[in-house]
Formats: sequence, C-alpha cells, structure tokens
Amino acid sequence: MKTGRLFEAVKDEANRADPYPLYARLRETPVSRQDDGTYVASTHAAIASLLHDPRISSETLPPSERPRTGNPLSDWIVNPVKNHVTNTHRPFIFRDPPDHDTLRGAVMGQFTPQRVHAMRERSHVLVSELLDKQAGATRIDLVEDLAYPLPVTVICEMLGIPREDEPQFHGWATQLASALEPDNLGNAEARAANITTFDEISTYMAGLIKEKRRHPQDDMLSGLGGKAGPGMGEYDLIATAILLLVAGHETTVNLIANSMLALVRHPDILARLACEPDLAPRLIEEMLRYDPPVHFRTRRALNAIDIAGTTIPEGADIVLLLASGNRDPAVFEDPDRFDPDRPDIRHFGFGGGLHYCAGAPLARFEAEAALVALAQRLTHPRLVDDPPPYRPGAALRGPKHLRLAIDGIAPGR
Amino acid sequence: MSDGHAVVVGASLAGLRGAEALRRAGFAGTLTLVGDEPHRPYDRPPLSKAALTGAVAPEATLLPNLHALEAEWRLGIAATGLDRQARRIRLADGATLPYDRLLIATGSRARSWPNPAEAGLVGIHTLRGRDDAASLRRALAAGPKRVLVIGAGFIGCEVAASCRALDLPVTLIDPGPAPLARILGQPVGEIVAALHRALGVDLRSRTKVERLEGDASGRVVRAVLGDGSSVETDLVVVALGAVRNTEWLHGSGLDAGPGGIACDEAGHVLDTEGRPDRSIAAAGDVARFPHPLYDGRPVALEHWGHAVAQGEHAGRLLAGAASGAAYAEMPAFWSSQGSITIKSVGLTQGADSMVFAQGSPKEGRFVVVYGREGRCIAAVSFDSARWLPAYAERIAARAPFPPIRGGTDEHSLAVLAPDFPEERTAP
Repeated sequence: MKTGRLFEAVKDEANRADPYPLYARLRETPVSRQDDGTYVASTHAAIASLLHDPRISSETLPPSERPRTGNPLSDWIVNPVKNHVTNTHRPFIFRDPPDHDTLRGAVMGQFTPQRVHAMRERSHVLVSELLDKQAGATRIDLVEDLAYPLPVTVICEMLGIPREDEPQFHGWATQLASALEPDNLGNAEARAANITTFDEISTYMAGLIKEKRRHPQDDMLSGLGGKAGPGMGEYDLIATAILLLVAGHETTVNLIANSMLALVRHPDILARLACEPDLAPRLIEEMLRYDPPVHFRTRRALNAIDIAGTTIPEGADIVLLLASGNRDPAVFEDPDRFDPDRPDIRHFGFGGGLHYCAGAPLARFEAEAALVALAQRLTHPRLVDDPPPYRPGAALRGPKHLRLAIDGIAPGR
Repeated sequence: MSDGHAVVVGASLAGLRGAEALRRAGFAGTLTLVGDEPHRPYDRPPLSKAALTGAVAPEATLLPNLHALEAEWRLGIAATGLDRQARRIRLADGATLPYDRLLIATGSRARSWPNPAEAGLVGIHTLRGRDDAASLRRALAAGPKRVLVIGAGFIGCEVAASCRALDLPVTLIDPGPAPLARILGQPVGEIVAALHRALGVDLRSRTKVERLEGDASGRVVRAVLGDGSSVETDLVVVALGAVRNTEWLHGSGLDAGPGGIACDEAGHVLDTEGRPDRSIAAAGDVARFPHPLYDGRPVALEHWGHAVAQGEHAGRLLAGAASGAAYAEMPAFWSSQGSITIKSVGLTQGADSMVFAQGSPKEGRFVVVYGREGRCIAAVSFDSARWLPAYAERIAARAPFPPIRGGTDEHSLAVLAPDFPEERTAP
C-alpha cells in the first residue's frame, strides 16, 4: 500500500481490531502527506513536537452555515441556545488560547481535591454494586455491564446531572463523540446531525444550569454556573458542560474495555493484578500506552511548519497519531509487548500540551477501581469473541461489546 | 572498577541523586554521604512558599529515595578540607574520610547581611535551609507589624508573595529598576512589579537599605534607606542571593572560588592548571561548567532540575558508566508568586532581544522568547507553561530568533530590548 493511502486504511473499519501494523508503516515517514492533503504525524518525536507547537490550531470544526443575530441576548430569547453556541461557543477542545485557557481554567478549578478524592472512594462502591448485579452470571458484556455505566455515573455525579436522564443523553453523547472522527467533519449529513444534536443537548443543559442556579448543590455544574461572566458567557458555559459530560465517559469506557481485553489476553498479568493490586497504577499507564482510548486527534496548521524533513503547509489538516507514537521503537523497547513493569512510560494516552486530558485523574482512578475488582472477582474470564466487535470510530476506538464467559463472580471484599 | 570508597560531600538534592546514580550504575563499594545539616536530604522549593504560609511543615519536605543507597550518613558534620594527594577529606569533627571517587555537591548558602553587627539583630532572617524556613515561619506566624524583604530576586519575590498570602504588610526593596529585571529584563520586570503591587506588596525599586537599626534589646526596629527615609519593621528577610560553598576546598589545588568549582565538559573538576581530576566530579549549584548550548560559556546554575540532572550525570561519570558525552541538560526553573507560575527554559543571560510570543502582558499570561545574535536562547512563561517544550526544542536546535511566527494567540512579535540593568551593586 502506498504511504499516501495508509491513513485511509486506518479509518477503514476492517482494520479497527488491529491498526498497529499500519501505524508501523506510517512511522517509516515520521510526518507523511496523505493523498487527500492531510499530514499524519506518527513518530513519538514528531507528535511531541507538534503537540507543543503554537502554530497548531484546534479550531478545526468547519463553520456553521446557519445565520446568527450576533446578539447573544436576542439569540437566547428568540432562538434558545442554538446557532450562537454551535457557531462561536465551541467546547474548549476545539478552541485555541486565549479563550481555551479561560474556559479550561474555570473547569480545572472545579476539580477540587475534595471532590476528586470523594469520587475516587465512590468509584469503588459503584464498581462493587455493578458487579454484584451480575452475581450468578456465566457470561457478561463488560462494556454494557461495567465499562459504560461506571464512567457515566461518575461524571453525572461530579457534574450534578441526574443519572436517570442517561437514556436521553446517551444518544446525544454518542453522536457528539463522533465529531472526533475526521470523516464526519467533512460529511455534510453527519455535520447536520451533530448540529441538531448539539441544539438538543444545549437546550437540555441550559435548563439544567438554570435549575442549578436556583438550587445550587455541591457539584461542578453549580460551581460553573456561578462562574459565567467575562470570558465565559452563558453559551460558553453550556458548551463546556456538554464537553465535560461527553468527554467524561466516552473515553473512559474505552480505557476500561481495552484494558480488560488486554488483560484477558495476558492471563498471567491478570492473575498478578488480582494478588498485587498495587500494580494497578503502573499497569494503567502501560495500558494508556499500549492500547489507548483515543488513537488520534486532528489539528490545523496556522502557518507552514518545517518538521522531520517535510513542510506542512499553512492551512493543512494534521493528524496526531497518538497511538502510533505510543508504539514507537525509538522510545519504547519492544513496543508491541504489553509490559506493566516498563520504566518511564511517556505515553500520549491523555494527549499532551495545551489540551492534555483535563479528566486524567478521574480516568485513572475509575480504571483502577474497575480493573482491580475485575481481576479479583471474575473467575476464569475468557473472551467469547476475539477480536471483539468494535464501535465504528477510528479516533475514539474501543470495543462495542466485550463478552466474557466466566465461571462465576466472587463476592466483593 | 565497581568497588572502592565513594564519598558524596553535600547531602541535598544533587548529592542524593548523584549517590543513587552511582548505585544504579553498579557501584558496589562503600558509599558515604557527608552533610553539614543534621537532616536527611530535603526539598527546598517549598521553603519559600508553602512552608512559609503554613500549608506544609518545613520538616515534611524530605526527598524520597529513588534507589537503595546502602550508604553511611555523616550528617551535621561539614567537610573542612580536601587532600587530593592523600585522597582524604577532613571533617569538622576532626575525622578524615578516604575516597577513591568523590562527588562535590556542597551547593550554596544564603548571602548574609554585609554588616555583621546589624546582621546579628533579633528579627533578621535569611532563607536557604529547612531550619531557616522553620524559624522564619515561626516569626511570620507571630504576626509581625511589617516584614521587610531586602532583594527582589526569586527568593525575595516569593517570600514577599507568601507574606501577602498571610495578609502581612510587606515592603520589598531592591536597587534594580524592577523585580527580577536582572534575570528577565526590564519589560518583564515591570510586569512582575505590577503583579506584586496588585498583591499588596509595598515595592520600592531603585532603592537601597543603608543600615538596619535595633532597639535597646537588640531587636530590629527600622531600616534606613538610601534616600534618608526609613521603614519601620520588626522582621527582615535578607534575600541577596547565594554564595557557593567552596571555602573548604581552599588549598586543595582545585580551581574553586566564589564562582563555583571549575569543571570540564564531562563534569570532572579542574585543578588550578586546568587539568581534570578524574576521581572527582561536581554537581548542582557549586559546579561551574562549560555549557555546550551556550558556546561553552562557563555557567553555574542554581536550578532544582539541574541539581537532579547533573547529580545523576556525575554519579554515572564516577561509576564509569557515562557515555562520555558532555553534560548538556537544558536549563529550566520555575517560581510561584501569588497565583502566577513562572517557568523558564534556556538562559536569558546575554540576550540582546526579546518578543512576547503567545499571550500578552495585559492578560497576565504570556510566553516571552529571548534571542542573542539572531538565535533563540531562552523562553519564559507566565501561566502558559504548556508552550515551553516547543521553545525548548528550538533553543536546543539554536533556531533563528524569533523561532516561531504565525502561532496561535500571537499578538505582536515586535522585537524589544531586554534592557538588563547593570550588575547590581551591594545594597
């Protein structure tokens, strides 16, 4: 296959279960031009360099075609939320400084040590309850039974979103998460579906924030609700809340499911984790390297960039192939081996630079609670399908189902 | 040679990391660490910040051991002399220690107030060690009427900001045109000045303290300034920079003095004839070495990360496990003042131009890039550290200045003069 077609193949669902051989081919050219004009950075060094380059913009969403009045108040009254939000008040993963910094700063201020600590404790209880529900089962779907409900509950409780609204926002979240797939950005139909979804979830979120203002609770939305003001308008607040909800679980589902898949394929390590739970933090870092929840992110070049013997022209779309940098043999010895004892794991599992995952501590403790409990409580787990069926996304990549045959579930400790 | 007797003189960050690196590289002989303080190695950065505000107890700053040392500790005993012919170190308690490899990491100490009688007044503090921090913390907690900080370098600025965090009235005096101007240049110094004024610091630039006066009981009561005016104060922090601890090397034949111990590219110390002594390496504040990134100009760096990196480098060197490559770690430091975090890569010294790259002073968050003779030599961020790796990469590559054009959040790339003040004279 020609180098210029390799990324097309990465996006092809036929390669979802194992894109890593394609990544190895891509790394032969650290920054390679694809036939559609996209530049793919695939080595650790090229990705690290671009992640910190100020000429890289995250404002990659195409502009909305809908008109807006320009007057937030009138937009709000005449056309609740809608166009103004979709057009200019994008979530901060799609924004550059200075706006990005203001919004991210407001969010980070809500991840107080008390809140994070309390949720860490809580996640153990949640995992226990979810596994107790499966008592007596001989087959579970790890995605539906644990990897999905755990992070949804955690982010709902952190934000202060009613858990019972999940059936409502589940579809919205799935739709919005697909905005990270490059083919959906250029696709008018997918884009229109995203905007409609954004309108719906925005209206929902606006109502919720209004309610929080009236009756503030000890949660992040109440905290953020009081923060609207200069630098963070009403629409920014709504877009931020939506981002936290969507990003707060779509990615963690993959982290837990990918981890369990790797562990079942490496039963010796799974057994070791059961009797050595202190291994979990290192094991999760290795997981974030070995098979991360987000395989790539896109950026745009604000100016021409000379890198690795090539020039990315101004305006070009750039793919940062994070999961490929994680397997770069120039940085990691025997990179395709899953090895929780690996020293000094400088992975891109949470990205890097300005947009480094804001929820990294949450993802880490959720995965830790889930994996230790699974290792200790599932008796003899086996994969029903190997490879498991994957969801369509190449960027946000993870199993749709992870069916495990088990001999039982031990009671919680 | 993987046995014998290794001695590390200086039991702080560089010494500890150096000792660990020796062991990690396979050194299996006896290992002795000598420290003039009675404490195990501890971390200094919190001492001017969290330890003063009470958020962290000064004794809760012990450094973690990253590798088993199996070492003998000689703590609370300073090294007082080095006999290289006999390969022996003299200690303050009269004992001698033989060595066949020696790591010198004696660091530096706070420069004291130049007038010894005034320096002896009750209420005059310096800040370098954990005991200094504990004593200053007690004095701050007692609620002084006004703290006077002499010297607006990093320590002076951090102490002033910590005083404001405690809601204590504080005056910060410096002979320079603006705080940190000597390191960051005047345009950035002015921003730091505004930052401290906004915190409520009574900042007096271009001002010297002529003398400190005490009451009958020997307690400081006021400082008389160069213009004849005075500041009533009951607590003075002297923050006039550091003095390198090299006096104990007098007579050793090594090229050691107030500027540090001269080292070659690899990190071996040099004698007064410029010949390396391959049984001795130096690391941390005390080591003056030619930095490859800066045309081999000799530098001695007082940075935390440098103490770690050069300590580890020296440990490997003494274990015979160094690659032979010159030590070339990118200089970097950070400082927290009020709610602002300042981070820096490279060395600003000698810069002839600077630009505000990302962000702007008006917003209080920005990256400044420094150039010299058309090359990028340093970058400093205020609350914008995530861009720094991009600039570090370009400093290492000696990229043209300014290295990046057309970046995000770029307001103007107008080239300014850093306008470093003349080397400051004693206050």
